[in-house]
Amino acid sequence: MTLDQKLAILADAAKYDASCASSGATRRDSVGGKGVGSAGGAGICHSYAPDGRCISLLKILLTNRCLYDCHYCINRRSSNVRRAAFTPEEAISLTLDFYKRNYIEGLFLSSGIIRSADHTMEQVVQVAKTLREVHDFRGYIHLKTIPEASPELIEQAARYADRISINLELPSQCSLDRLAPEKNLGRTKQAMGRIRVKLEDAAEQKRTGDKKLRHATGQSTQVIVGADGATDADFLARSDELYRAYRLKRVYYSAFSPIPEPSSVLPLAAPPLVREHRLYQADWLMRYYGFRNSEILTPEEPNLDLSLDPKLAWALRNRQEFPVDLQKAPRERILRIPGIGVKNVDRILLIRRHTSIRLEDLVRLRISLEKVKPFLITADHHPARYLLDSDRLLARFRPKPTQLELF
Amino acid sequence: MMMRCVDPGPGFDTWRSAARRLIGEGVPPTEVLWESDGMGSLFGDEEAGAPETIKLVVSPAFIELARAVSCHADGRRWALLYRILWRIAKLGERSLLEIASDRDVAQARMMAKNVRREIHKMHAFVRFRKAGEDETGRECFVAWFEPDHFCIELAAGFFAKRFANMNWSIFTPKGCAHWMGEELKFSPGVERDPCNDPDAMDAIWRTYYRSIFNPARLKLKAMQAEMPKRYWKNLPEAELIEELTRSSANRMSGMIAEEARVVRPVPRNAYLGRLQDLSAVPEIREPAEASIQEIARMVQACRHCPLWENATCAVAGEGPADARLMIVGEQPGDREDLEGRPFVGPAGQLLDRAMKEAGLDRNGAYITNAVKHFKWVPRGKIRLHQKPSAGEIDACKPWVLAELAKISPDALILLGGTAARSLLGAGVQITKMRGIVDAPHLAKRVILTVHPSYLLRLPDEMRKEAEFRAFVKDLSLVL
Repeated sequence: MTLDQKLAILADAAKYDASCASSGATRRDSVGGKGVGSAGGAGICHSYAPDGRCISLLKILLTNRCLYDCHYCINRRSSNVRRAAFTPEEAISLTLDFYKRNYIEGLFLSSGIIRSADHTMEQVVQVAKTLREVHDFRGYIHLKTIPEASPELIEQAARYADRISINLELPSQCSLDRLAPEKNLGRTKQAMGRIRVKLEDAAEQKRTGDKKLRHATGQSTQVIVGADGATDADFLARSDELYRAYRLKRVYYSAFSPIPEPSSVLPLAAPPLVREHRLYQADWLMRYYGFRNSEILTPEEPNLDLSLDPKLAWALRNRQEFPVDLQKAPRERILRIPGIGVKNVDRILLIRRHTSIRLEDLVRLRISLEKVKPFLITADHHPARYLLDSDRLLARFRPKPTQLELF
Repeated sequence: MMMRCVDPGPGFDTWRSAARRLIGEGVPPTEVLWESDGMGSLFGDEEAGAPETIKLVVSPAFIELARAVSCHADGRRWALLYRILWRIAKLGERSLLEIASDRDVAQARMMAKNVRREIHKMHAFVRFRKAGEDETGRECFVAWFEPDHFCIELAAGFFAKRFANMNWSIFTPKGCAHWMGEELKFSPGVERDPCNDPDAMDAIWRTYYRSIFNPARLKLKAMQAEMPKRYWKNLPEAELIEELTRSSANRMSGMIAEEARVVRPVPRNAYLGRLQDLSAVPEIREPAEASIQEIARMVQACRHCPLWENATCAVAGEGPADARLMIVGEQPGDREDLEGRPFVGPAGQLLDRAMKEAGLDRNGAYITNAVKHFKWVPRGKIRLHQKPSAGEIDACKPWVLAELAKISPDALILLGGTAARSLLGAGVQITKMRGIVDAPHLAKRVILTVHPSYLLRLPDEMRKEAEFRAFVKDLSLVL
């Protein structure tokens, strides 16, 4: 099999992993080194595919042979997909050749599980180790790790990578039992816990002396949306727990999408892309806007409204919180106004120290007045009370009904 | 009113000198016409060398903003920058740049944002093509890029750092950058790509692009928002976009119509067998009949109360099975929950210190908790420790009793109210009963004292020290 053929199979095998970040690494560059590469700024997306996803890292599996039988996965052992395997040298030269041409920010390496977790992990670590130590590669590396691999191997992975991740895939053990019988939520959480401890110890070491210490700076995970019966509340509660307990940098939500080798256990359907998008929005509200997951969703309403963004949905449910006076309100209340993002909240706090805020200020900050007017007070604007109380407010934000197309 | 025509020169530094001089002479923005005519300054050369009469102090934020704005392709940028400078330096609007919604500031910030975005897109979309190697074996690369703004100089540093050990040139109509390993050199822009040879890797890169695309998720708007069409002509992968888009609907419906594959039986494999053993739930027998290792395994599967759901694992006791001293704390905290071991967090470190001072060996003692799972509530970004309820303490009691029966120590130390509630019952007040308590059914000698986390919470240093002494004294009652 040619390298080109292998790449076609092993990139196809890796495309269902949504993680794409290449930011947050320790700052470094190739000056004074022997190879290429820099990292540590914001990540760079070097291209975009027609699926709207960015291409930042060379995302490949070392091999798509796999002992596991996860029914949502094209690489499961029951699939008839063509199998291939890179030699470590092939994965390394592809990474370097792509990097030198500025196609990519670095390498994302995962693998099907062959022989055992430890054997697989050793192969993956070997590639990263050679890139770093032989080729002095200083670009970004993200390694997928296996919770059942020995903690020493996972720690080795963290020494060569900038980010490591373990995919949770499904939010509950009963879903895993049905769709991914080899995976175990408890073991995944324990591995994440150990990783968090190591990441914090390394950060502490860097702060207190060993400035040159090479170590990953974060971990992330992915969950699949729409493959099991989990509600959005289940997802957000699990994410909230993972962010708090293991300090994950990101939880990626990946809409379950049709694969070429469908499993009889899991019927295929078009991927729930809007739901995925709403989950990301809700996730941001928890991480950057001070929302608790219990505020975003309730036991009575365990799923996000697909037609409204969750921040607006919360505002419409909590009209007593509005209008918010931009001149006087504390930061956390301004953060809750739909249509104003974190950056603009901070700009408003600066501006109001020097001048009184008027609607035209908001226009120049490129805030959509149409969206925010019912919810805030400025020097020249008081929303009519009836606006906040009426059903017309909801109607104002619901997407307009669309005319059906003749076909 | 007399209008002055001033040539800003090729970039930020020349504009800066001219602006300084104009401010020094007190020329208001309404009287300056900034004209780049490529003919040199209308001031004449003697003016350009004229001494600058004033000391202008501006914030680094202005310099940074102005540097970015000066790269913008809009001819009005110089007048805008001069107006902002005038307002800061002459009209005393010191905090002007903090007012992001001021008309001038908003416009300048927008220009700076456009420039920064273009720099970012340049870092993303420049595609190097290999052009051979020099006599020392250094690889040489070239790229052709068509930016909207004059940002090559600001953007090139990034490439010099990232690709310090290759030679490269980036050609653009708005200036070119060259790196041979020593210093960045810039040359005037060129009309077209001077080296049109494709790179053999481009085809492999296209294979990757084709394979990483998921035809079941077509989101062209999202793609174009981040990768506008104007960049496509210089991206080797862009020629695939149309074909991938066209075939995606068929590919997706093809997958959905595909016949489902049957599930194959589990192969015989040692590792899969080991996974099944790991996942097997141990049978919970009468804890009193189990060994200390079996207790630790069984407690992992305990579901007597709901605390297990949000914890990482159960934290069983730790220490030699023949320990003569057993210590019972409250429950694992954040760090204990992650590591699966008792007393490894801040309270554990304090306990270590106190035990040392009391002449006790921590490694010789069996250390455990009254409640085995971490109980917490969300607070800010962390898991905040929460006191276990009476029901949770009672649910966990069989495990503590089993550990006590197996270890059967000579001495037992109870740290804090939860441990007291678990083994001495309700209504025990630490302040009244601390020290030796009479509980022969538990151990020959039983000591009741505070939990070390109580000491950590004391704000007053003097009081902390006094309480620490008292804690050490209680511990040494064991001897």
